[in-house]
Amino acid sequence: MAWLFVAVIVISTVSSDLLQSWEMKRHGEVKDFGAGGIGRLLKLLLTKAPLIGSVVFLAISFYAFLALLAVADLSFAVPATALSLVAETVLARLVLRERVTAARWGGTALVAVGVALLAV
Amino acid sequence: MSINSGHLVWKTRLFAAIVVTTNVVGNFALSWGIKHGAAMDGSAWSFVRVVFDPWVFCGILLLSVWMLSRMALLSWADLSYVIPVTSIGFVLNAAMGAAFLDEKITPMRWAGTLCIVGGTILVGLTAPKSEAT
Repeated sequence: MAWLFVAVIVISTVSSDLLQSWEMKRHGEVKDFGAGGIGRLLKLLLTKAPLIGSVVFLAISFYAFLALLAVADLSFAVPATALSLVAETVLARLVLRERVTAARWGGTALVAVGVALLAV
Repeated sequence: MSINSGHLVWKTRLFAAIVVTTNVVGNFALSWGIKHGAAMDGSAWSFVRVVFDPWVFCGILLLSVWMLSRMALLSWADLSYVIPVTSIGFVLNAAMGAAFLDEKITPMRWAGTLCIVGGTILVGLTAPKSEAT
């Protein structure tokens, strides 16, 4: 059961971040940080389907994490987050066509190992 | 503005700092509120009532800022840059736990912290925005 929750967490976290990144790149660089600009960001969050989907996946990930904590130790649950770090970098390369340099791969791997060690 | 100009690099670092800070402090405020006063008994009313606890309310406000600042950051920076760089939040969460919740930091956790800091610096030194391939 625990691994099922881990899978739900990883898939929903990755989906949420991919959707958010994809839609915001499509929108273009945000340059206005005044009240009007923040209002436009909020409107975007409430009207754009990929961003609404991103929030839904974020909520699924959050509740799946709570459910995982009910059946597994925190020391098992936290490394699940590290798994999503690696999956997101792979998918940023494959789906978003980002150029992931050796330094980024190395840094991401170090962060993932670090997150896993924090839970030990 | 040219891709990855000095201005963009500093804007990226500023927004990464806002994303990390609002996430760490927001989560801490939520956690503190739930553990100190904002009791939840599982009833539907308790889920509504908990939102009006000052700490929980403050946490929700900060996490709203986190969401909007992350959206802004992702409008120009790569996902493969943002994810590892903002992972420094794991370290700050552990530090907040040690400072305010009396949690112990074992040698293994120190090793994990060093790995995360090293990984964050390594990715942070790369350009935030890449050309699509």
